[in-house]
Amino acid sequence: MRQIVWLLFCREWRLAWRRPGDLLNPLVFFALVVSLFPLAVGPEPSMLRAMAPGVIWVAALLATLLSLDGLFRSDYEDGSLEQWVLSPHPLALMVLVKVLHHWMMSGLAMVLLAPLFGLMLALPLSSLPVLALTLLLGTPILSLLGAVGAALTVGLKSGGVLLALLILPLYIPVLILGTGAMDAALQGMPVTGFALWLGCLAVLALTLAPIAIAAGLRIGVSE
Amino acid sequence: MNWSFFHKLGSPKWFYDISGRWLPWFAVAGVALLVVGSIWGLFFAPQDYQQGNSFRIIYIHVPAAFVAQSCYMMLAVAGVVSLVWRMKLADVALKCAAPIGAWMTFVALLTGAIWGKPTWGTYWVWDARLTSMLILLFLYFGIIALGQAISNRETSAKATAVLAIVGTVNIPIIKYSVDWWNTLHQPATFKVTAKPAMPVEMWLPLLLMVLGFYALFTVSLLMRMRLEVLRREQKTRWVRETLEKLS
Repeated sequence: MRQIVWLLFCREWRLAWRRPGDLLNPLVFFALVVSLFPLAVGPEPSMLRAMAPGVIWVAALLATLLSLDGLFRSDYEDGSLEQWVLSPHPLALMVLVKVLHHWMMSGLAMVLLAPLFGLMLALPLSSLPVLALTLLLGTPILSLLGAVGAALTVGLKSGGVLLALLILPLYIPVLILGTGAMDAALQGMPVTGFALWLGCLAVLALTLAPIAIAAGLRIGVSE
Repeated sequence: MNWSFFHKLGSPKWFYDISGRWLPWFAVAGVALLVVGSIWGLFFAPQDYQQGNSFRIIYIHVPAAFVAQSCYMMLAVAGVVSLVWRMKLADVALKCAAPIGAWMTFVALLTGAIWGKPTWGTYWVWDARLTSMLILLFLYFGIIALGQAISNRETSAKATAVLAIVGTVNIPIIKYSVDWWNTLHQPATFKVTAKPAMPVEMWLPLLLMVLGFYALFTVSLLMRMRLEVLRREQKTRWVRETLEKLS
């Protein structure tokens, strides 16, 4: 079991680094969306500070969504997904490895980038750890839930917009909790409650989402 | 308990026959409840001491919201039945109920907006329950869109079933997070456990309207399902015989 997890992880890692451009694109998109807002609403620091949590979270949501679109596509097209479904190892575990790897490549990078953008959007230094922490807890949920949608739309040609339609409503709790924590931090209130809730959702997504992803992939492959 | 009816549900022909017998009853009950409820609610129920006559839109708003929410639960139940027992009829129910649920959600949102104007002075406020209903509408859109995007009927049914189940697991989380986010709406009108805060003359017609809306929902669902069953089974003999009898 441990071996298969390790092998899969190495495979994903190698595949990802063969096309580093694909790794970079969601991050550039994230940066672009964040930079559009000051251009659209003006460079007033007080306004930017009030908007920053929402802007960063929405940008993270959209960037995750964008990167998830092709999550299972190449595996579906070259037939490796069928081998996964046929293999004796639990499919849920294998997709969990794949999704967590995807998170490491997109979500984790966003966690590291976000404080920088927080600074650019005039957030005070003291609130940046909270931003990183909430994103650290929240982005795995985004990747896992989004993977359910990616699995359900795997064989479809027009997957992208449909994926957004399926998944964005499910992202709302994460968005609310993440921005709520930031607002609390900006007002000097404790953020433990928000962080615990986000952690709770992350555990829930970690345990339940792989089952739904596996079910979705089985359906997609059977077509 | 006798489960044979459950197994019989697997047969489209049996469903077509039995639903044909149920349909008139539901239709009559629905029309009677809606007529009595709306006349009672709109003309005879007392005015609200704060909102005057404008509160009467509750007789459309609350039943539509009830049906919209329970319809989504029904989708999830149909999804579980479809995935676990591979029952074709559950697929049909899932596919046919989603648009009705979306319409009910839309009606609840629309009447809520119209009601908001005299009560809050604005058509739309980002209050918790309005927002939850809006999200519910998006969830319905997702299910309908996924069902239409996949051309293979069986795959499409399974995929929508999984999506409905995932959505149902998420609904309480969404609801509580949105509640937390903002609450400006008046508390729930009906609670099963608590005595309603409204006087009897006000909530009794509301109860009739809720039951009437459920009957209306059942009638339109059965009609849509019967049509879909006929369409899917069009190659079989019983469908041809039924259609010949009709024409």
